[in-house]
Amino acid sequence: MSDQPILKIEEVTKAFGGILALNRVSFELKEGEILGIIGPNGSGKTTIVNCITGFIRATSGRIFFRGKDITGMPPHKIADMGVTRTFQIMRPYFSLPAYKNLVIPLFSPRAKRTGGWRGGGKLGDRNTVGIDILEEIGFERDSYVPYKLASALPTGYLKRLELARCLALKPDIILCDEVFSGLSMSEIASMVPLIERLQMEGISLIMIEHRLRELFRVANRIMVLNFGEKLVEGSAEEVMANEQVKEAYFGSEEVEEVMSYA
Amino acid sequence: MDILIYGIINSVMLALMALGFALVYGTSRIPNFAHGAIYVLCGFVAWFFVRSLELNYLLSVILSLLLIGLLGALIYRFVLIRVRGMNISEIIASYAIGLAIIETLRWGGFKGTTYTLPVIIEGGVMIGDIPVDYQRIFVVILGVAVVAFLWLFTHYTRIGLALRGMAQDERAALMLGIDSDTMAVVAMAFGCMLAGFAAIVILPLGNIVVEKGYDVLIQAIAVCIVGGLGSWMGAVLAAFIIGFAQILTTVYLGPQFQMVVAFLAIILTLILRPSGLFGQQKELEERV
Amino acid sequence: MNMENRRKERIDRGIKVRSDGLYALMGWQELCYLTLPRFVLIAGLLALPLIMPGMYWPRVITIVCIYALLALSFDFLAHFVGLVSLGGAFFIGTGGYLAAILNTSFGMHPMLAIPIATFAGAIICTILLLPCLPLRGVYFAIVTLMYPLVLARIIEALDIFGGTDGILGVDSFPNAWLEQYFVIIVLLLFVFGARRLVNQDIGLVFRAVKDNDQAVRASGMNVNTYKAAAVFIASAMGCFGGACLVHIYMWGGISLFALDFSILPIAATVIGGAGTLVGPVLGCLILVPISELLREFGTLRIVFYSLILVGFVVFRSEGIMVYGEQKYHQFERWVKV
Repeated sequence: MSDQPILKIEEVTKAFGGILALNRVSFELKEGEILGIIGPNGSGKTTIVNCITGFIRATSGRIFFRGKDITGMPPHKIADMGVTRTFQIMRPYFSLPAYKNLVIPLFSPRAKRTGGWRGGGKLGDRNTVGIDILEEIGFERDSYVPYKLASALPTGYLKRLELARCLALKPDIILCDEVFSGLSMSEIASMVPLIERLQMEGISLIMIEHRLRELFRVANRIMVLNFGEKLVEGSAEEVMANEQVKEAYFGSEEVEEVMSYA
Repeated sequence: MDILIYGIINSVMLALMALGFALVYGTSRIPNFAHGAIYVLCGFVAWFFVRSLELNYLLSVILSLLLIGLLGALIYRFVLIRVRGMNISEIIASYAIGLAIIETLRWGGFKGTTYTLPVIIEGGVMIGDIPVDYQRIFVVILGVAVVAFLWLFTHYTRIGLALRGMAQDERAALMLGIDSDTMAVVAMAFGCMLAGFAAIVILPLGNIVVEKGYDVLIQAIAVCIVGGLGSWMGAVLAAFIIGFAQILTTVYLGPQFQMVVAFLAIILTLILRPSGLFGQQKELEERV
Repeated sequence: MNMENRRKERIDRGIKVRSDGLYALMGWQELCYLTLPRFVLIAGLLALPLIMPGMYWPRVITIVCIYALLALSFDFLAHFVGLVSLGGAFFIGTGGYLAAILNTSFGMHPMLAIPIATFAGAIICTILLLPCLPLRGVYFAIVTLMYPLVLARIIEALDIFGGTDGILGVDSFPNAWLEQYFVIIVLLLFVFGARRLVNQDIGLVFRAVKDNDQAVRASGMNVNTYKAAAVFIASAMGCFGGACLVHIYMWGGISLFALDFSILPIAATVIGGAGTLVGPVLGCLILVPISELLREFGTLRIVFYSLILVGFVVFRSEGIMVYGEQKYHQFERWVKV
């Protein structure tokens, strides 16, 4: 891991009319780490992801990827550089089978350059590559899961499909917007190892989550947002012991309860 | 000086033409491509009442406006409502209706012979050393009155406020108990009446010609796009900009370039600042 | 039988399921099933000029094909990319004027002028439409609606390109049979080419651009490039039609921007079956002859198309081809609930 952070967010502010969704938020993501962003609803978590990936233009502030200023670049250019994201409200191509969902991103210039996940620099037949990615991410090939229509897949698979779509681009960073939400206990249990595996492959992740217990298992660092402002940043224990966080998020009794499960 | 006067007159005329379109689009997000057709149709209906049936002028005007408003409501209620939300079908449907109306009028023999609507008052007056006929002055007065009336209506009456609410956020309006379908019908009726009113006031300045239908549509769209789709104040400002631009081209280049000015305005706006002057809707919906 | 306990169920026919994947060993039945419709279309179109009597009707066939190209381009843009083109006349006019100018002012042979006009016209049309590609669909509709009207007025006002008289003295096709079959063959190429394109994986990208463009952006692809490519293909079709048209009538004028060219393709698509890429051709086969028969009614024809269009749109009828495909591929039966 190099010393320079792979992603640097500097004093980013976003105002929607009179509402300040983000207020001078600054943080860094080191290469190869998993940063968890938590905070109550409406604290600006999805907005910061949108700003980083170019779907929304920040009112002020700068965003740097590997030292290069990517503020205000269009979304497809940012994704082309290796900064990918999942969508909180999932957007698979519903009318297509799962593996065809992956064929589309494999048409991108980045996929052509890098060969996609495990491509080794050369892109093979898109259908095959798509199915291989899906299999690696947990779609059982024997049960023909990759061939099912996206509209027929349960939530757990759809979340993985979102991640797979990012993998097709051989990303450096994945910004995961609530990938644990809406999953059953067993689905989450199989999701956590997947996230750990992605980290081992060298991908840096930012994870926006509400499911704190699972998040604390994978994240190296946690950052808390509240009303668009960064409250605190640090390890899970440091963050949960912070009084402001307790006040913002829950009442004080429940924090102990959550921590006791961790 | 005459540029100033005729510029103001032209701008007000454009604003009158555009307001109906802006109202319908702002409220129900349906682009009413039949706007120009309604304009011309109202002109002919008024002509029919005034010249053919020889009714009293004021009565004819009121009847025409009511009929046009009714037609607009019917169009919405029976056609557009069924395609609400399906973008492709909305556009095709309103376009086809507009086309049907205009071409029916064209076929019905409304060509060649001159059809005119009477002016409200004959004669004119001199402002400085420029002759201005009373009808044009009336256009300006009535135009300002309509804008003022609309402003008051949408700020102080229940229906007007409901329309504004729908224009801003339809879901929120629904939650507050505003029936969006009824409101859309009302908006369409009003929009058509505005178009008809514009026709009755402006058409006496020339002949009733079917081609005006397309011209009015283009100009109304140009004003709305330059001003920003969804912003009524923007539309008024845009009307002045385009209006003066048209007068300047007429003076220096010739009268046949008016449409070209409108067209250039649209293209320039789309290239430079797609959301228009006061556009409230981003050109790429931020739906993430 | 008790009506409340039954429902209609639609199932793919056995032969469709068997022929869905192309395998090396296939019975002649499956092959017939697959190729018969296409064969009927190709053979039918090719045979039409031979069957049609007299001098007048074969020309109508060519006009049908030109309209079919426009309808095809409309269907492609609207249902596979999400852009509604209200101005087919824009493409016809651009291609037509370009070909007429190349032929009369530069003395180019028609068979050279037409391809050049097609290609150059497509480039010009795409550039002119570029500003509205990043914007919402309604802007594209507005701008395509506007271009034919405004261009016609510009030509009239500046009195360029022949003004209201138009460009006279355009050469006709060297050969009557060429005139007939050139357009038909190119049309068939475009139809099958478009269907191929849409069914390949690259076609999925276009459809994704229509349905879910945020996801496409997030995958690192420039949505506007794909839209521009689609517009280029569609305008090439239209410009080709226009270029051929001026050589058929040996004249190119403002009427190339007529509303007929804008509305009839839309009506044909909706009637013939939107989204099938073959439906539009079928729709033109029906509408254009009717339009010829109704010639004495003048612009009332446009009213006629518009009303049919509104009817189909409002009643959400899917069109003949869609209905036909359903019948061909699937059968219905009553099932007890």
